[in-house]
Amino acid sequence: MYLTQRRFITVNALLLVLLLGSLALAALVGSVHVDLARALTAGMPDNADRVILFDTRLPRVLLAAVVGGALAIAGAALQGLLRNPLAEPHLIGISGGAALGAVIAIIAGGRSALTESALLPLGAASGALVSMAVIYRLAQVHGRLQPYVLLLAGVVYNAFAGALIMCVNAIADFYQAHGILFWLMGSLGTQSYRLVVTIGLYTAIGAGWLMLRTRQLNLLTLGDDAALQLGVDVDRARRAIFIAASLLVGAVVSVSGMIGFVGLIVPHIMRLILGADHRLLLPASLLAGAIFLVWADTIARTALGAVEIPVGVVTALCGGPFFVYLLKREGRKLFG
Amino acid sequence: MAEPPIEVRDLRFSYGHADVIINVSLQLAAGELLGVIGPNGSGKSTLLRLLSGVLAPRAGVVRVRGRSLREYSPREIANTIAVVPQETLVEFPFSVMEVVLMGRSPHLGSFAFEDDRDLQIARAAMTRAGVLELAARSIHELSGGERQRVVLARALAQETNILLLDEPGAFLDIRHEVELYDLLRDLLDEGKSILTVLHDLNLAALYCDRVALMKGGQIVQLGAPRDVITRRNLVEVYETEVYVDVNDVTGAITVLPLSRTYRERLRAGS
Repeated sequence: MYLTQRRFITVNALLLVLLLGSLALAALVGSVHVDLARALTAGMPDNADRVILFDTRLPRVLLAAVVGGALAIAGAALQGLLRNPLAEPHLIGISGGAALGAVIAIIAGGRSALTESALLPLGAASGALVSMAVIYRLAQVHGRLQPYVLLLAGVVYNAFAGALIMCVNAIADFYQAHGILFWLMGSLGTQSYRLVVTIGLYTAIGAGWLMLRTRQLNLLTLGDDAALQLGVDVDRARRAIFIAASLLVGAVVSVSGMIGFVGLIVPHIMRLILGADHRLLLPASLLAGAIFLVWADTIARTALGAVEIPVGVVTALCGGPFFVYLLKREGRKLFG
Repeated sequence: MAEPPIEVRDLRFSYGHADVIINVSLQLAAGELLGVIGPNGSGKSTLLRLLSGVLAPRAGVVRVRGRSLREYSPREIANTIAVVPQETLVEFPFSVMEVVLMGRSPHLGSFAFEDDRDLQIARAAMTRAGVLELAARSIHELSGGERQRVVLARALAQETNILLLDEPGAFLDIRHEVELYDLLRDLLDEGKSILTVLHDLNLAALYCDRVALMKGGQIVQLGAPRDVITRRNLVEVYETEVYVDVNDVTGAITVLPLSRTYRERLRAGS
């Protein structure tokens, strides 16, 4: 009925346990069997189990958790801010903007270590921020946010950003074009703990920033007037949430390309189970999004045996039908 | 003498080129219920938005307790003025209790949980607004009138000295409407000052200490209901004939609409 400290702690602790369990379990699942006892034995020469578990699987599983968490909490925040349960970084064009920013960063900086850990995430975050500002402006008709205009603007912006990316790709030299394509397909394959830590750091900053604004998010869902009358500095809060969400989406897109629908499905399910209070919805979405993508990626890398499906395909296959279901449910409100 | 809760001088506001508020001056005195009446589009709701700081005036000044509203932070305003808007849309499935607790927001830190005192205040507010039994329900399940009372409870939970309402009775049946205004009278006794926009002239005459009659963005007349709600004023401002009398029971002015036949008959007679 309402959020208490106890409920907040219980729900998040439960999700955290589930996440830790998922991380351990998912790391043990794969196309090659790993002997856990052998993998945990240190000092053994040519220990293939150890290499697979710690150098291949674990960084990937951890990255999936970070990416899923970041996308889900950003989605939850954007849905609240835009008062639109269909708002999602991917659908409203923010991922597209981030991808464009990232592509420009790749062209400008090449694929060096600096590009990967700083230039790429910041380029993507800037791209996300610009697209968010443009789409937000477009969606305002007579000073009010029009939900369906927002979705349309997102679709158009995505197409536009996609065209620009292809244009840049056509102009770029072969080596760069290959890099862009490889990255655009979206994958969580990594062997780098440094990358996990870097993206984890961006996510922690973005998520922490959003957490400070969760009460204000509750009030913002009532509309700008009501939020202001309840003491929210609306412009400032909106700006902060935009920037934090852009940072999250940008960092994630820069490493994993375009993974859609996580930011739509997870907050929705959490809202159905836990209610609408953003103070709980945001951290719960972060944890549940991490769990969701860990398992989606496990399916992606095991479902077809040794052949790997891009994880974005798995999330889209879950998310497409879910979106149709939501659209049917929400459609009356949006267009009626 | 203490500063008046709200004092407005030479207020002017326009959306684009159209002037919506023209040279409005008025005072909300401590402990009074001031009603703002007038035809559709006369600027009543805009005036309310100016008074709550949502809109910034193009000229003139809104003073709250002697201090210009511009100098207030949003949080300070929310701790001084609570607003019950004409309509509240809640997009997400908050429970009634959660919506009412949002009224405690201006009193809390950015990530604090409501404590027992906040809950107590929220429950008291819900009791007064008659929505306590709805506490666990989702706001989406409520009727328009119930939602309106929930929003009133939220405003009460803000514990402000000033209350602004925009047609709070619009969705209410006659019993809940009079109970609402009875409640407003009680709140006056507890030291609040209240300004309400309303369409129902009878309720304005019955409950308000003073009324402001607006037309075309201006206050045409401001004073006791008996002096403002007269047949002459109403005919001039609303541009239609009405039947005006005094209620035998309450002694207040009553206004009744007239169908075309009688309007024409009256016009021919006068």
